[in-house]
Amino acid sequence: MADFGREKTVVEEVNRSIYDFKDRVDSAFEVSSGLTPDIVRTISEEKNDPEWMREFRLKSLEIYERLPIPNWGPSIDGLDMRNIVTYVRPNTGMSATWNEVPEDIKNTFERLGIPQAERSGLAGVGAQYDSEVVYHNVKKEVEDQGVVYTDFESALHSEYGDMIREYFMKAVPPTDHKFAALHGAVWSGGSFVYVPAGVSVEIPLQSYFRLNRPGAGQFEHTLIIVDKNAYLHFIEGCSAPKYNVANLHAGCVEIFVGENSRVRYSTIENWSKNMYNLNTKRAIVSKGGTIEWVSGSFGSHTSYLYPMSILNGEGARMEFTGITFAGAGQELDTGAKVVHAAKNTSSHISTKSIARDGGVSNFRSSVVVTKEAEGAKSSVSCESLMLDSRSRSDTIPVMDIRTDKCDVGHEAKIGTISEEAVFYLMSRGISEEDARALIVGGFAEPIAKELPLEYAVEMNNLIHLEMKGSIG
Amino acid sequence: MSEQLLKIEDLKVSVEDKNILDGVFLEIGEGEVHVLMGPNGTGKSTLVSAIMGDPRYSIDGGRIIYKGEDITEEKADARARRGIFLSFQTPEEIPGISLENFIRTARQAITGTPLKVFAFKRELKAEMDKLGMASEYAERYLNVGFSGGEKKKAEILQLLMLKPSLALLDETDSGLDVDAVRTVTEGINAWHNEHNSLLIITHNAKILEGLTVDKVHVLEGGKIVKTGGAEIIGEITEGGFNAVKEDN
Repeated sequence: MADFGREKTVVEEVNRSIYDFKDRVDSAFEVSSGLTPDIVRTISEEKNDPEWMREFRLKSLEIYERLPIPNWGPSIDGLDMRNIVTYVRPNTGMSATWNEVPEDIKNTFERLGIPQAERSGLAGVGAQYDSEVVYHNVKKEVEDQGVVYTDFESALHSEYGDMIREYFMKAVPPTDHKFAALHGAVWSGGSFVYVPAGVSVEIPLQSYFRLNRPGAGQFEHTLIIVDKNAYLHFIEGCSAPKYNVANLHAGCVEIFVGENSRVRYSTIENWSKNMYNLNTKRAIVSKGGTIEWVSGSFGSHTSYLYPMSILNGEGARMEFTGITFAGAGQELDTGAKVVHAAKNTSSHISTKSIARDGGVSNFRSSVVVTKEAEGAKSSVSCESLMLDSRSRSDTIPVMDIRTDKCDVGHEAKIGTISEEAVFYLMSRGISEEDARALIVGGFAEPIAKELPLEYAVEMNNLIHLEMKGSIG
Repeated sequence: MSEQLLKIEDLKVSVEDKNILDGVFLEIGEGEVHVLMGPNGTGKSTLVSAIMGDPRYSIDGGRIIYKGEDITEEKADARARRGIFLSFQTPEEIPGISLENFIRTARQAITGTPLKVFAFKRELKAEMDKLGMASEYAERYLNVGFSGGEKKKAEILQLLMLKPSLALLDETDSGLDVDAVRTVTEGINAWHNEHNSLLIITHNAKILEGLTVDKVHVLEGGKIVKTGGAEIIGEITEGGFNAVKEDN
């Protein structure tokens, strides 16, 4: 920042070098490309699944084959499922101490700031490399409160196995859409979190996902169960280096928010620009509970991402704060969905989208108010900023309201950067490129202030990276 | 005459193919205070915007020389780093950037060196106190929801913090009440010294109190039609612009 005015104003390629390093591919085991029942069985055996899970996978595969590719969103023609390696196990087991993680994988996460993040105040950290979690650690005082935070496979074979069986893919059933079914068939890795009643986890838990293998898919499953009167903040970060073959991320996040509990789920996603990010996130919120989503989407080639909240109990609330930044070649279709299924439930969706250099950043929202949901309140607001005339940003709100006794509002604004504002900043010595980055950063600031500090800093850096070379 | 700071030679400026300035000549020496007057719509704002490098104005002829160097083709940020500052008639509102962050970013851009955070904060607080700005304005988004008076004070705050060598004040006093004009004038006085120069556009002599005006220029029809000493301000205030033109 010190060099502000002196930085070059023309940079040919966006510098993603922080994320764009690749490790040599050195996997212990991988299945061949494409998808057959045999492959699913192999994954299941390799993972030592319980019997019910094996059946679940095979059933999901059948559903996957039956369901059509979605035809309402951005094209995913570039994704050839026959070429996606569904399961890649890194050449290591799971470690609870950082020293045991192999050097190259450790270096990867060190460069990404994990687990420095842990040292600087997190309750627990999980790191997934390709399909498997390579590191998991929880602070003792958090564990002593009865909080469980562990990799999914260990949880499946633990005393929580039955609980997982009860909740696994109940919020997002495999029949939901084709990629949910795919997830059900080939999921691997991810985290399981359980917070007992009355426990407030004061410091956030964090998961970091890194996809290294070219042409691989990452299908991690995150299951968070928060009992009554509890609180949890969960942070998720994702990245991958850029390869020339398409990668697929079809993860699934399921959150069950107990009565009068509050869960905050923050994500900064910066997948490489060849990634198809077809991720499904859903929360089911009980009486008096609150789900808060904070979501930043910067990376990927194509994203379909609409975290959904089902407000099942009276007085349940959801808040969604999101930002999406689409650059050249990116089509990011993001937004949020909410179902008001009980009285006096409320939702507030507030998003910002930015498109530049021919990028497409669409905002989609769905608000459903059932006839039982008298007294429901919902407000949706979306602001878009287009940085040039080649870029696109559409707002696609859908509402399905079945009662008169509710209050539903929607507001959308689309704008461009004011040249007067750019001149004003430049008249104070700030270069044109930095002036534009500051204005875009300012546009994003209401989201940034919702993020944990290190993520807010990362988001600001990403905006500056994205804005580099924006002055032709 | 003192060392020359700014020299404008035969400057011709148009906006959207409409000629506004039609050959302006102007020289400002170090430490001098110049006042630019003239009827509405004659191009006073155009002149200061062109000196600052506003890309919406196209320079059709002439040169702008600053400290001996031709800056006619330079962008606004480069001019600012040379020490030119424009106090805008209508400062822009920019959401999401706090006044403090903005000034810090600008100061680093201009000085090219990182700032000591606490020393900067102290200095900012002291200058805000002088201008009677409540300290919470530092955290507020740049000019967003500021009253007309607060916006002008924020401009003078930037003047004090960025320490330019030439300040162009475009009706900084307009829309201000008597007390606010006094505060702003005190701020300008605190910055002004024998090296720093001023070009002030005003319709009101109040802002000039406490400043020794060296020259007054009257701009009309895209040209400077009269240049005189401080005494012509009184003549204009009494008899209008025609009163001084007849002397010509």
